[in-house]
Amino acid sequence: MASHADEFNEADRRDFLVLAGNAFAAVGAASLLWPFVQQMNPDASAKALASTEIDLAPVKEGQAITVLWRGKPVFIRNRTAAEIESARKVELDKLPGGADAADENRVKKGHENWLVLVGICTHLGCIPKGQSMGDAKGDFGGWFCPCHGSHYDTSGRIRLGPAPRNLDVPPYEFVTDTKIRIG
Amino acid sequence: MSGHVSTYEPKSRWGKWWDERLPIARLMHGSFVDFPTPRNLNYLWTFGGILAFCLIAQIVTGIVLAMHYQPSDVAAFNSIEHIRRDVNFGWLMRNLHAVGASMFFIAVYVHIFRGLYYGSYKAPREVLWILGVIILLLMMATAFLGYTLPWGQMSFWGVTVITNLFSALDTIWAGLGTGIVEWLWGGYSVSGVTLNRFFSLHYLLPFVLTGVVILHIWALHTAGQNNPTGLDIKQPSDSVPMHPYATSKDIVGMFMFLIMFAWFAFFLPDYLGHADNYTEANPLVTPPHIVPEWYFLPFYAILRAFTGSFLGVPLGSFAKLFGVLAMFGSILVLAFVPWLDTSRVRSSKYRPIFKWFFWAFAFTCVALGYLGSKPADGVYVMWAQIFTLLYFLFFLVAMPVIGIIETPKKLPKSITEAVLGGGDAIIQAKH
Repeated sequence: MASHADEFNEADRRDFLVLAGNAFAAVGAASLLWPFVQQMNPDASAKALASTEIDLAPVKEGQAITVLWRGKPVFIRNRTAAEIESARKVELDKLPGGADAADENRVKKGHENWLVLVGICTHLGCIPKGQSMGDAKGDFGGWFCPCHGSHYDTSGRIRLGPAPRNLDVPPYEFVTDTKIRIG
Repeated sequence: MSGHVSTYEPKSRWGKWWDERLPIARLMHGSFVDFPTPRNLNYLWTFGGILAFCLIAQIVTGIVLAMHYQPSDVAAFNSIEHIRRDVNFGWLMRNLHAVGASMFFIAVYVHIFRGLYYGSYKAPREVLWILGVIILLLMMATAFLGYTLPWGQMSFWGVTVITNLFSALDTIWAGLGTGIVEWLWGGYSVSGVTLNRFFSLHYLLPFVLTGVVILHIWALHTAGQNNPTGLDIKQPSDSVPMHPYATSKDIVGMFMFLIMFAWFAFFLPDYLGHADNYTEANPLVTPPHIVPEWYFLPFYAILRAFTGSFLGVPLGSFAKLFGVLAMFGSILVLAFVPWLDTSRVRSSKYRPIFKWFFWAFAFTCVALGYLGSKPADGVYVMWAQIFTLLYFLFFLVAMPVIGIIETPKKLPKSITEAVLGGGDAIIQAKH
């Protein structure tokens, strides 16, 4: 039998019950919190990855169009030979992303003139200028974000300014020679 | 003050009945009627009361607006015009609320600079000051959420840019920032879903704010008010009862403030806003020049000061993260001011060196505000970087160093002596 003093110092059945009870209450409260956090995440209708098909035939060389995909603008530019050449002349070690940022890796083989990009500045989410004929295209002939001054080149890569990443290339494929499916 | 005991005496039987059950009249009497107030408070001390008024005014007009506003991406923009044109006195409620936000910030900035000048953050008022910093953060969050609701171009792109600040965390852990941003948006871009939750939170936060304001007043009444000399109340002649002395001064200050408030609300309701917000939100077109409301401009300038390089130091892909950290840091640094200032003297009145640095700091804030309203290129970026550096140097270098090297002027013996001079006058005042 335990002495009287031990009854107070050693963990007994009551301590175990208190600890276990509190632990259950804490885990229960935390599990209840999760639905309140999770309800704010994108819902099923937002997640449904709608894919968009776009006919590129009317877009002439040097022109660009903007389409909407998942609520985001997507830039599609039919680049001129000069634009492609200037994008390929850049030394890759000067670019964030290294070899992945090579122009060849940002377009589909056989369709090198078509550049497809999520048209959202990777700095703070503005839509860069450069899609319309009269727009400022920045120092590198691609796009220029008016919000905080990021310059993108003709491959959509960040060359000057605060943006941390190149413009993203969305998942897409050529369905026919003049039609793409984004998503 | 902590030692203050209310002299409240219930006069009627009704008053006595309540006093024995819920002594709320005693609490109010002790806090706002016979509470000992330094006798030398100047008009800068009327801004606490003005701020309480602003909070109540925003809540009252806000509740009214919520009765007519529709928080949906389809209807929000038109419902604001509906309020301004069709709802009875809707134009008045909307103008008071929109202008009221600016007035609230004018008052809070005066209040903060007053605290910095007279050393109101020093012991034993550190908690009081930190509660004030929390109030400022809550005010900024509430104002930002509220600016979303008209669903104009500035609303939409303001939200896009500010929520995207969190994506800077991707630099620390890939996907963390994007995850937070999509959680805030409830989608992959700012949408009606975002608007709806922002409306809910915009309604909630003022009540949280009210709770913190009550703690702020509690802390104020525990430590007692600071005053232009920075001296403690040491004797009865140093103080006067809050009512009618401080309350009447408060009313004069408040009426002056209300004249300016009314002038803007009636004659210049859109002067402090931006014309682009009268174009409905369009997720495909960013306005050529995005600026926040005037009260965020200095912080916006700090955010934008971190381009690819900062004063010649290349930042590479960390530029965005540093910009975001500096912007939040510029407010959080205020919370450490009680310990950054090493001087034993509170009031700048008796601090010959610090006084000049205070005014240089005030100029820095105004300059950053101006630069925040300008496009982020050319010479503006360089000046924004210089003033951002000066902003942080004030807190992190000037405050601790000046406190050590400065010889303060001789302090008066008491508030009474500072007001009445030495000699007979004091003795008379004491009687």
